Amino acid sequence: MKQLKFDAAVIGGGAAGMSAAAELRSRGCSALVIEREEELGGILMQCIHNGFGLIEFNEELSGPEFAQKIEERAVASGIEALCGTTVLEIRQEGGFHVVYGVSSRHGVVRVEAKAVVLAMGCRERNRGNIRIPGSRPSGVYTAGLAQRLVNIDGYIPGKDVVIIGSGDIGLIMARRLSWSGCKIHGVVEILPYPSGLTRNIVQCLEDFGIPLYLSHLTTNIRGKDRVQGVEITPVENGAVRYDKSFEIPCDTVLLSVGLVPENELSRNLGVEINPATNGPWVDSRLMTNIPGVFACGNVLHVHDLVDYVAEEARRAGAFAADWLAGASPQRELRLKTGSNVRYLNPSKVDPDRENKIYLRSMVVKNGAVLEARIDGRVVKSIKKAHVQPSEMLFLTLGPKDLAEPDQRTASQSAQVEIAIV
Amino acid sequence: MSEMICITCPLGCHLSIQRISETEISVTGNRCSRGETYAKEELLFPKRVVTTTCRAVGLPAGAQAASLYAPRRVPVRTADAFPKEKIPELLKLAANLEVTLPVRRGEVLVRDALGTGIDLVATRTISCGEPS
Repeated sequence: MKQLKFDAAVIGGGAAGMSAAAELRSRGCSALVIEREEELGGILMQCIHNGFGLIEFNEELSGPEFAQKIEERAVASGIEALCGTTVLEIRQEGGFHVVYGVSSRHGVVRVEAKAVVLAMGCRERNRGNIRIPGSRPSGVYTAGLAQRLVNIDGYIPGKDVVIIGSGDIGLIMARRLSWSGCKIHGVVEILPYPSGLTRNIVQCLEDFGIPLYLSHLTTNIRGKDRVQGVEITPVENGAVRYDKSFEIPCDTVLLSVGLVPENELSRNLGVEINPATNGPWVDSRLMTNIPGVFACGNVLHVHDLVDYVAEEARRAGAFAADWLAGASPQRELRLKTGSNVRYLNPSKVDPDRENKIYLRSMVVKNGAVLEARIDGRVVKSIKKAHVQPSEMLFLTLGPKDLAEPDQRTASQSAQVEIAIV
Repeated sequence: MSEMICITCPLGCHLSIQRISETEISVTGNRCSRGETYAKEELLFPKRVVTTTCRAVGLPAGAQAASLYAPRRVPVRTADAFPKEKIPELLKLAANLEVTLPVRRGEVLVRDALGTGIDLVATRTISCGEPS
């Protein structure tokens, strides 16, 4: 058994893990990144399309370019990495967090760490999650799996494809497969509007004349050994119109129906999960309910942009370093989701410094106002030209916003409500 | 008269376009000047950054044995937005291209692709080094 000791163990070597580890190193802590794939980079390595890095690097990069730039930073800062190693369990033993993993090169690996940063990312929802009726033929893939097969392993999953769900990964795959010689026969979305970016609707569907079936439900996947077709049924005013069902023949079905943070390790460790995000509840320093265990990136909540992931992860790394140095906030105020807010991350703020808060709207609205209130008193308001659920928002709250008007110390029970009006 | 949705930002303005001549259009419905720029470029000179992969060859047998991971594809892209009408031809070119490893990120694989002045470059480094 390989035994290691580090100040911090970072679980996951994607954009979040590498950024958190680099920050820990730059603050003088030793950090080990544990990655299950044979190389660092995470999901970015299969996202060969363009559009990453506008915020982080001020240029438009492909996924592998973004990942390797982050990796170069991290390596320069002196992180260590253990690739090809799958973490099986995180336990608390004798005042340490102990991470157990397995690797074909090293066998069982035991890492003792004072702090742990969870950065495992998320995984795709699959057929079971959305309960599509029908037979169980081969040829049904999640969009991300198909992306990996095409972009890394060099295989085409099929020739005649129907995509279920209009998430961005599905749209990107519509273009990728069209460019690889496949025919995409349609994208089926149950909601009346697409869940992906308009940019992707235009550049990945309209460029190729791919039909988008909005307000349509997939009511059957047909085929014995291989997919032969999908049955599509329109939804009108909430009613499923079986009388109007039609079939699209195809040999392959891709599912692009959302992402779920991958928190099995966290749950086993006793980390409490927020049902609104499927990620851990975290305090003002992105620390979970287990002291010394932090979370960042898509394991905390699913982000729109990897640029936001990298930024959040750097903060998690910095907070973990502060915690290792024995610092902790004097007091924290609880954040409360107000009207039209799906969730807030983190769920507490430290009134003695600047806090960055990510949030998601529940509504589509033009000319919205993002408001922070304490006891009904508006302490900050920001105008937003446009909000929608698929577009993550953020705001910052600092000592000026969070100070009590009469200079009293804010009581522990004080709440900051954040609402979209 | 035609319609299109501006994709420059999430507002998604609905643009109405009036063709004045072969090379001139007028745009209404845009809430900012970027909408007009977008519509003009999209209608008169549509371009896209093209990303695809090429076959990876030449990984030394020893390197393959040392690492469990032997990449089969090298991701590539056009260094700049590429004329839309030439994309199918470019994809054929890329599909037939073999990239000998090792390769460096940013390495030019095809200079001045199809006479457009735009290079096709590798978007990741594959070093065939020892695994960590």
